[in-house]
Amino acid sequence: MEQTASINKVEFSEGAMAEIRRYLSHYPADRQKSAILPILHIAQAEFGGWVSPEVMDKVAEILNIQPIEVYEVATFYTMFNLKPVGKHVLEVCRTGPCMLRGSDQLIEHLENRLGCKVGETSADGNFTLKTVECLASCGTGPMLQVREQFYENLDPASADQLLEDLKALTVRKPWEENY
Amino acid sequence: MGRKLLTEHINVEGIHTFDVYRKHGGYASVEKALKTMTPEEVVEEVKASGLRGRGGAGFPTGMKWSFLAKPEGKPRYLVCNADESEPGTFKDRYLMEKLPHLLIEGMITSSFALGARTSYIYIRGELLYVLRILEKAIAEAYANGFLGENILGSGYSLDLHVHPGGGAYICGEETALLESLEGKRGNPRNKPPFPAVWGLYGCPTVVNNVESIATVPWIVNNTAAEYAKIGVGRSAGTKLISAGGNINKPGVYEIELGVTVDEFIYSDEYCGGIWKGRDMKAVIAGGSSVPILPKDLILKTAADEDRLMTYESLSDGGFATGTMLGSGGFFVLDDHACIVRHTWTLARFYHHESCGQCSPCREGTGWMEKVLHRIEHGHGHMHDIDLLVSVAKQIEGNTICPLGDAAAWPVSAAVLHFRDEFEWHVKYPQEATAPGAVFRKEASVLA
Repeated sequence: MEQTASINKVEFSEGAMAEIRRYLSHYPADRQKSAILPILHIAQAEFGGWVSPEVMDKVAEILNIQPIEVYEVATFYTMFNLKPVGKHVLEVCRTGPCMLRGSDQLIEHLENRLGCKVGETSADGNFTLKTVECLASCGTGPMLQVREQFYENLDPASADQLLEDLKALTVRKPWEENY
Repeated sequence: MGRKLLTEHINVEGIHTFDVYRKHGGYASVEKALKTMTPEEVVEEVKASGLRGRGGAGFPTGMKWSFLAKPEGKPRYLVCNADESEPGTFKDRYLMEKLPHLLIEGMITSSFALGARTSYIYIRGELLYVLRILEKAIAEAYANGFLGENILGSGYSLDLHVHPGGGAYICGEETALLESLEGKRGNPRNKPPFPAVWGLYGCPTVVNNVESIATVPWIVNNTAAEYAKIGVGRSAGTKLISAGGNINKPGVYEIELGVTVDEFIYSDEYCGGIWKGRDMKAVIAGGSSVPILPKDLILKTAADEDRLMTYESLSDGGFATGTMLGSGGFFVLDDHACIVRHTWTLARFYHHESCGQCSPCREGTGWMEKVLHRIEHGHGHMHDIDLLVSVAKQIEGNTICPLGDAAAWPVSAAVLHFRDEFEWHVKYPQEATAPGAVFRKEASVLA
């Protein structure tokens, strides 16, 4: 009963449900589990940038599979945040090619600027700082990603400007107008 | 200037839209194939062209297609591998972002050849903005009768969908990709059976790289014979090379296979030389997993000839003196770059991306990262260097998929060619770990 109650707390908006239904139509009727990754992306955008156990239970309910099947997928793929994050998640690439062009210095600069370490959220709740492995932007490093946007060829000055721009930005969802 | 088969129109204003793409000859291969050719003829054409898979392995594409199990009442699938995640490689992202319709055209023509009625583009999750570009282009293709029921009145129907991954390098391995597409963790499958027999949903499936599929329209339009004339020997055609690292002009370049490595690095047409007026120390020629080569060996083959940008020339001489064309992820390290730090970042990458299924890879990648971390941070011992080689050897060849090899090669090759730098880090930890430390190969330090 308790589990049912918590599932009931999670409801996708109509826009998100339309996206989910669109993805479900891409796979054979008996293979709907294929939509798990697209739905987790939608869930993360819908519910503040992370997927809680309750959200994953809801995804399982939509797909008519066991919750554990969603947990094991969500924990395998690095894009899904399993705990609350700030308004913007800064994902800085730190792999070889970006390192050669200064990603170490960029990460250090952001840590100082935000007053938090990699993996943490700034005190004002605006930014969570993460490092990621190779974002296919090796010719334009150092770089970072915020949601679906790449910011490339960064230096301390442009990174500072980016933080200011992001603070003022209203976060919209992909299925909303003016996204 | 070399010939551009894929990127000729890449800078045309609006080329990402259906109308502009069509005006520049887009979708001609779909018309030609569906109206004048049989699926078998398209397969034969691709086979005869000599096109080799552009994802990294270089396996002949037409031959891969011909392995597809004969129809037995099961659906057949074409899945495009757009999970580009190899450090150093960013060509597919560029191609899809700029020329989405080229990939879609290739998907339609290739799906027709393979008898697929539903096809998927599996794109890495981090590239959701590219996914939106592709989805928009796919909607245009449907609206103009190039996708959906009875395409161009030919009787052939095809549905094409884009599927996002969730951030796992391993899903670029074709069987892990299929597991992921089925909604599971991306653990590679044992092979055989190969995807051609047991692929997506247990059905015959071909998995091809973005660039391979995007090349099919040119081959169908211009014939295999014309394609085979470009390039050198078994390295036919052109190749997209993503150039990065310490060079003046990073970017994606389409080269005719056979350009010399020297010309590629130093000419203004391509990389424009080493940045900041420095000298080159080493090159990783085909994505992070291929062996690193020092300057002299990347420019010359074992037989002291100019090394060419071809599958054969780059691998000439075996592991000690050769490398691989791989995915075309070409990155250059200048003489200030620290090989130990660089190797550590790659080991960290492979440890992070190991799916954990095979013990040698799961444990070995972590072990290598740990040892490299302590050498890089000034706590290494001389025997750590041989330990690295030993661990790499125990991973190599002992895993279900090639990620183990991919993790082991960069470490083995770095120690083989730059052992003196590892020794320097162990002998002089304070110099190596000082802020802003730069490795310079000075005899007095190494003595």
